[in-house]
Amino acid sequence: MKKKLPVYLLLTVLAVIMLYPLLWLIGASFKTNREIFSSVWFMPPRIELSVYKNAWETVTPYTMGHYFLNTFGIILPKTIFAVTSSVLVAYGFARFDFPLKRLFFAFLMGGMLMPSIVTLLPMYLLWSEVGLLDTYIPLTVPSLFACEGMFVFILIQFFKGIPKEFDEAARIDGCGTFRTLIYVLVPCIKPAIISVAVFSFLWTMNDFLTPLIMIRSVDRYPVSLALRLSVDSTGQGYEQRKIIAMSVIGLIPSVAVFFAAQKKFVSGITAGGLSG
Amino acid sequence: MKKHSYRNPVGVSRFTGLLLITPFIIGFAAFILYPFICSFILGMTEYNGISAPKFIGSENYTQLLHDEKFGNALAVTLKYAALLVPLKLLVSLCAALLLNAEIRGIGFYRTALYVPSILGANLSVVIMWQYLFTSDGLVNQLLKMLGAAPVSWYGEPAPAMFMIVLLRLWEFGSTMIIFLTALRDIPRELYDAARVDGCGSFRAFIHITLPQLKSVIFINLVLQTIAAMQEFNAPYMLTDGGPLGSTYTLGMLIYSEMFGHFNMGYANAVSWTMFAVIGLVVLIMFRVTGRRRDSA
Repeated sequence: MKKKLPVYLLLTVLAVIMLYPLLWLIGASFKTNREIFSSVWFMPPRIELSVYKNAWETVTPYTMGHYFLNTFGIILPKTIFAVTSSVLVAYGFARFDFPLKRLFFAFLMGGMLMPSIVTLLPMYLLWSEVGLLDTYIPLTVPSLFACEGMFVFILIQFFKGIPKEFDEAARIDGCGTFRTLIYVLVPCIKPAIISVAVFSFLWTMNDFLTPLIMIRSVDRYPVSLALRLSVDSTGQGYEQRKIIAMSVIGLIPSVAVFFAAQKKFVSGITAGGLSG
Repeated sequence: MKKHSYRNPVGVSRFTGLLLITPFIIGFAAFILYPFICSFILGMTEYNGISAPKFIGSENYTQLLHDEKFGNALAVTLKYAALLVPLKLLVSLCAALLLNAEIRGIGFYRTALYVPSILGANLSVVIMWQYLFTSDGLVNQLLKMLGAAPVSWYGEPAPAMFMIVLLRLWEFGSTMIIFLTALRDIPRELYDAARVDGCGSFRAFIHITLPQLKSVIFINLVLQTIAAMQEFNAPYMLTDGGPLGSTYTLGMLIYSEMFGHFNMGYANAVSWTMFAVIGLVVLIMFRVTGRRRDSA
């Protein structure tokens, strides 16, 4: 027990450093400008929910609800596309031999090292050429093609953890390649699939550069761009808590999804052998 | 990466696998290879996005060598990565070691340390950082309480850089989780054997833990370096590259050349150079650690 005390102490200090900024942010959303900048204690003197009602209205022409719908309009198809395509591709890599397999696997790894900004400029020009800028197609369609090497990689690691006897048994029972995947393997790699879906959700929620480049109209803005617009259109003397409350609202989906999936998610990334 | 050899079962053609990975082949060609080549070609043109691109050979690259802005952005980016990546690896490794201890309530601590990283580059977090570091913000208030002089985080080059490093450092959870997984995979028998041989915990760490973590440290190093060298969001939102260009990263330069000045040829030349620099840095890492490309 004696040895464990320093560990507890260090972890507690670390946890406070990590979480206090978030607590402070939530507290600051109820404070006046003066209060925000005069005390380090996060607890607000009073809690008025009207702040959040105001923040929901935003300082832009649309409500937060509108931007959330936009964001989910990107996230939902993107996540479904990413999961489906990554599972198929990972299945192919993990379970079958085929010509040029090593080459394609090297491409998969190489793609992960490619800086996204290098590919972003020509893609912008291409999408503008075909007149699809300012739609969600540039943001969602690439996910149909297993473009996120990391997802495929996590899934491959999981597939490899399942004994091949499972496939063989399924085959003897008359399952084809596809039905083996759906009925036998997919249930086994559920934690990995959830991890991939959660990552896809979080990364899309956090992505700022891609929508900044591809989306022009305010009415199609996702939450991240709407937040930036709000920050830019309010000055110094402005009521800061409204912006702060908007930021808090902007964090809710990520936190909610993380906690809803936490158990499976953490086991997915820890067992996923990212350490491989 | 070890290759897994699997002889296809009877009745499965050798093209089945190929068929399954077709989406990836198309995606790789369309969304990675095509823009990669396209970027290289555009980098050799003068192009404003309206009139047709004009081929000018290596002129953009010669211009780049003499462009002070580029030189500065490259230096800033390298400095930023050199500062952030070792710090982040160190902090996440230490945190993972602490979390690996068998104590009660570890789940809470793991979540607490991990949560900031899932919020990641979320704009809300960047806005939060903006408030924390303003002149009367939480950080300066704390400094005052400790008797230190408040710092002008936005007004001076070194603090501005450090503020951005701190933001990314705060999100060390993703690297921490990878370390934690690897720590759990180290066979306990190794430690038991070491203890029997009279090895203290510090020496066990040096001779067992570190060697066992070698490949994970390497993976984290490479991934974090690539991410750091592309930094855009934080300086764009927090400092706008300032003060005096001290946080003006390559990512910001590319963005402003492309969408601010419509020098699309030049922007692509810069982004290709950035790719080359990242490739070079990663290659050096492979060389120095004595790895071959296929072993990552």
